[in-house]
Amino acid sequence: MKTLYDKLWESHVVHAESDGADATVLLYIDRHLVHEVTSPQAFESLRMAGRKPWRTSSILAVADHNVPTTDRRHGISDPVSRLQVETLDQNCDEFGITEFKMDDLRQGIVHVIGPEQGATLPGMTVVCGDSHTSTHGAFACLAFGIGTSEVEHVLATQCLVTKKSRAMQVLVEGVLPAGVTAKDIALAVIGEIGTAGGNGYAIEFAGSAIRALSMEGRMTLCNMAIEAGARAGMIAVDDVTIDYLKDRPFAPKGLLWEQAIAYWRTLKSDEDAIFDRTVRMDATRIKPQVTWGTSPEMVASVNGRVPAPSDIVDVVKRNAVMRALEYMDLQPHMPITEIYLDKIFIGSCTNSRIEDLRAAAAVVAGKKIASNIKLAMVVPGSGLVKSQAEQEGLDRIFREAGFEWRDPGCSMCLAMNEDRLGSGERCASTSNRNFEGRQGPGGRTHLVSPVMAAAAAIAGHFVDIDS
Amino acid sequence: MKKFEQCNGLVVPLDRANVDTDAIIPKQFLKSIKRSGFGQYLFDEWRFLDHGEPGMTVAQRQINPDFILNQPRYQGAEILLARDNFGCGSSREHAPWALQDYGFSIIIAPSFADIFFNNCFKIGLLPIVLDGTIVDRLIKATEATVGYRLLVELNAQIVSTPSGEHYFFEIDAFRKHCLLNGLDEIGQTLQHAEKIRDYEKKRRIEQPWLFA
Ligand code: SF4
Repeated sequence: MKTLYDKLWESHVVHAESDGADATVLLYIDRHLVHEVTSPQAFESLRMAGRKPWRTSSILAVADHNVPTTDRRHGISDPVSRLQVETLDQNCDEFGITEFKMDDLRQGIVHVIGPEQGATLPGMTVVCGDSHTSTHGAFACLAFGIGTSEVEHVLATQCLVTKKSRAMQVLVEGVLPAGVTAKDIALAVIGEIGTAGGNGYAIEFAGSAIRALSMEGRMTLCNMAIEAGARAGMIAVDDVTIDYLKDRPFAPKGLLWEQAIAYWRTLKSDEDAIFDRTVRMDATRIKPQVTWGTSPEMVASVNGRVPAPSDIVDVVKRNAVMRALEYMDLQPHMPITEIYLDKIFIGSCTNSRIEDLRAAAAVVAGKKIASNIKLAMVVPGSGLVKSQAEQEGLDRIFREAGFEWRDPGCSMCLAMNEDRLGSGERCASTSNRNFEGRQGPGGRTHLVSPVMAAAAAIAGHFVDIDS
Repeated sequence: MKKFEQCNGLVVPLDRANVDTDAIIPKQFLKSIKRSGFGQYLFDEWRFLDHGEPGMTVAQRQINPDFILNQPRYQGAEILLARDNFGCGSSREHAPWALQDYGFSIIIAPSFADIFFNNCFKIGLLPIVLDGTIVDRLIKATEATVGYRLLVELNAQIVSTPSGEHYFFEIDAFRKHCLLNGLDEIGQTLQHAEKIRDYEKKRRIEQPWLFA
């Protein structure tokens, strides 16, 4: 009996080098998402080899990493960034690839726009030269990040040379407490299994707590499967999936829609499917999560404390914690709620969708950011999310509370544009990585949910949302 | 791709777990649209005391004398010894490009992040998984002996130490074949072009909405 992963895998094998689960196979790719950072060298090599894209209609391109989030009319000031975005434009024009350019309302973070457009559909294989491609697995896709050589490979052949991973099931049962979100599930899972826990696995998230999540929440969770070490995260199809996709621009219509949903409904693990590993989590016990270190697994509940290196037996781990505390400038055993922030970032492909913004806005409505917060910014995931939020008046709520309301892009998730932390600055961020220097050299990142980021903006420090 | 057979290389130990791709090559260098020249920015925030930006040359930089790669005894190293989960984080192939461009041809660690591991093979950089206790021993031996080298033979799948220990490592047969023969993977795949077209034909019938 088959797991969802088995079904997705087997339906895309074009050729296998040998028999058995360990075979190297040619896997067919249905959807190829492309952005400016990891594609220029792939297009260049393709051209040099005299090759052309195999199926341009499978490709959707957008510039997101380098784009400014303030006034776009002036273009991109950094010449190196500009060249990269222009190179994407030229490549797409030359090969006839659909691209949402910087002035297009549909432009946004690649992992936000795919689902938003219905370009991500259940049962597809989805790849992108970006590790957070796992996001799309929320739609029962097999979606994973690839390197630039593989981007070129998919462009040239519509296939990837790859091997099957093992299957892990993460079962989250029960009802989440108030104020606890999909982001907290993601961080709690990573805290549980570690950032290498998912290495070699594709993770399927299941259980009543997962079924209760909206598509936005499911995307947040699958987005961070990569932080747990897994290349792919996925969730079975149900009504929530199908309702979300109905009438999206790229989704099938009419008879094809009916035909598609009949197939999509089969995209779930069989009752008696066997997983290589199962991890169980009790949703009722998950608290709001805050990372304190420089790896997403360095995480604690908001009512918890920063660990002390002296409590850790394993030498390699102890050294890592010591180095992290030093970098983060935190004291051993300090309560998480005593961590004061300088900046707040609500955005990134993890948490920049309309529901994330609604949740954050509900917390800040009628309040003002604390005096110690130097900058609080909201960066919507796409132009469409932005305009939707504006129709709902969320921009006003954020502005009145003292937030900056920006244009869509990756922004301070990885600080490739101007949005970044100064050295020593401490940020509550709804993004996905807290590595040293991720949000700017010397910057200190605490990963949290949009609700927590909003609450921290108002209080100036982390707060136990329950209390 | 260059053929890979064996390497008798100087070893440098990087005694940290979870070395992420942001550390291997910080994002400001990803703006390049070229494939080469990343070696000078490898581990930029650790190798240098000043903040690096694209276009700067090593000669203009403030070297961090404490960082292991900067110690004179490790200059010219071709083999990097690392700890668990090396290369975690983003999918950027710039990370293996930077390691290769700097001069490494082999990374040995107890475990690697999946995408990084995969990317290495695509460019002919060989990631080798050895047991944690063996890596531990090798790191200690490297630190204790100036000029410590390891011999890596891909065909036999063996890492040999100067004192005569031999460690077998696993490698996928297809990847080994590609590395040993320096094969272009795209060319290999295109030999199956007919099969790919057949597959597409079948899917057009079964799942027509994918091609609408
Ligand atoms: S928002 Fe952050 S994690 Fe997501 S694609 Fe952009 S840079 Fe990557």
